[in-house]
Amino acid sequence: MADAFRGDGEILVSCFGTVPAIGARLARLTFAPDLLLTDGIAHLLADVQPVSGKPSGDPVIEGWLPFRAVFDLLWSGRRHVVMMASQIDRFGNHNFACIGPHARPKAQLLGMRGAPGNTVSHPTSYWVPAHTAKVFVEQVDVVSGVGYDRAAKLGAGARFHEIRRVVSNLGVFDFATDDRTMRLASLHPGVTLDDVRAATSFPLATDADVATTREPTAEELRLIRDVLDPERLRDREVPS
Amino acid sequence: MDKRTTAAAVVSELRDGMTLGIGGWGSRRKPMALVREILRSPVRDLTVVSYGGPDVGLLCAAGKVRKLVYGFVSLDSIPLEPHFRKAREAGAFEAAELDEGMLQWGLYAAALRLPFLPTRAGLGSSVMDVNPALRTVRSPYADGEELVAMPALPLDVAIVHMNRADARGNGQFLGPDPYFDDLYCMAAKRRFLSCEQIVDTREFAKFGSVHTLKINRTMVDGVVETPNGAHFTECPPDYGRDEAFQREYAATAKSADAWAEFRARFLDVESEAAYQEAVRAWRGTK
Repeated sequence: MADAFRGDGEILVSCFGTVPAIGARLARLTFAPDLLLTDGIAHLLADVQPVSGKPSGDPVIEGWLPFRAVFDLLWSGRRHVVMMASQIDRFGNHNFACIGPHARPKAQLLGMRGAPGNTVSHPTSYWVPAHTAKVFVEQVDVVSGVGYDRAAKLGAGARFHEIRRVVSNLGVFDFATDDRTMRLASLHPGVTLDDVRAATSFPLATDADVATTREPTAEELRLIRDVLDPERLRDREVPS
Repeated sequence: MDKRTTAAAVVSELRDGMTLGIGGWGSRRKPMALVREILRSPVRDLTVVSYGGPDVGLLCAAGKVRKLVYGFVSLDSIPLEPHFRKAREAGAFEAAELDEGMLQWGLYAAALRLPFLPTRAGLGSSVMDVNPALRTVRSPYADGEELVAMPALPLDVAIVHMNRADARGNGQFLGPDPYFDDLYCMAAKRRFLSCEQIVDTREFAKFGSVHTLKINRTMVDGVVETPNGAHFTECPPDYGRDEAFQREYAATAKSADAWAEFRARFLDVESEAAYQEAVRAWRGTK
């Protein structure tokens, strides 16, 4: 997950989910030191706080970012968001708003939140802790985050649209194909192509020789285990 | 001008079918005492505009909402407002669902008396389909970009909650975020501010810097002192969220009996003072 932020420079990273939050902090502590992180309230934090366990002293506040400033900042484009997906299709159309027809949903989920604006304003990535055919669907019920086919119809309105990657518990996916459909970028160690295909409702673009997701370095493992998530909050999202 | 008034007087101005804007965000600094007064009133068929929290859940559960204009409804520590969820799945109200930023833009447009403000937010998403009245507008300049024309969201009445206010209607927030309360007030015909404490204007400086005086008296028609009036939402630094009570409230969405019991015990009471007393008694049993 941390690798999603490689090369992002001095931008705000907003993460939903535990694993993305660990990933962003890990990137900040290692190869992406200029990233900006928030406390999820209204402050930019100059230091890196763990996602579980004891805070490392009083947080050092480097800026004020109330919700109004978040909208300004995200519309200005200096942000990379990681959202969770209840449904995602082959073009990266995303849904966490509701399941079933919008007029009378079978299950009301989070709602649109900021997904429509996020996805046409700055890079977006998605995190799916449990990769199944019910999440990787042929067609999403409602479009909260805009995918590549819909973006293509927007003309200039989509010039800031970019889905950087989709990370699941099985692999890493991107849209580096001619028709901007989802491609398997790498399989996590121990996962097979058949595992992914069985858990995906649409045909997935694959290279002849699929890469394997890199393992964390010893130092990265130490930071994750001892510094960022000593109480293993991550296990609640993806049981190890 | 002395604008001090009571919650009952504020709610007596509401009429069936009015558009009501509610300040705060999620389960944060919501004007809950005024919401509870609305629950005790016969008013109905409201169009509610809100960065929704338990204000929306309670009004939905009480059947007060005909239409909801929103981007989300959340209790923060409980991501999805269960009473809102239940009402949505029952198709109990018209759902005018927007991107969060579009909601701000609609309030801002109304505040500035503009018909709309342009934005990219919403383009390409289902927001355009579920709000068929939404239109786009083309930039008249060389770029010719097509953008969403987010229409103004004018309000009949706005209610917000502040930490401090004076009798003339100047309001002071002391927490980390002003949210959009000033925009709700500027977008509305009638504007009412509840607060933890009414203080002398000279005392504002004692509580916070000049930057905390986000609401000035041109934006406010009435001020109500309601100590603990944001309960059970948070109102820092005066108090945090009452998580135990919020859990109790959320659990009542599971059955009609539980909701009826909650309603009888905490909502169908005589006054805000009786509510606060019922909460104190409840806490004593925990």
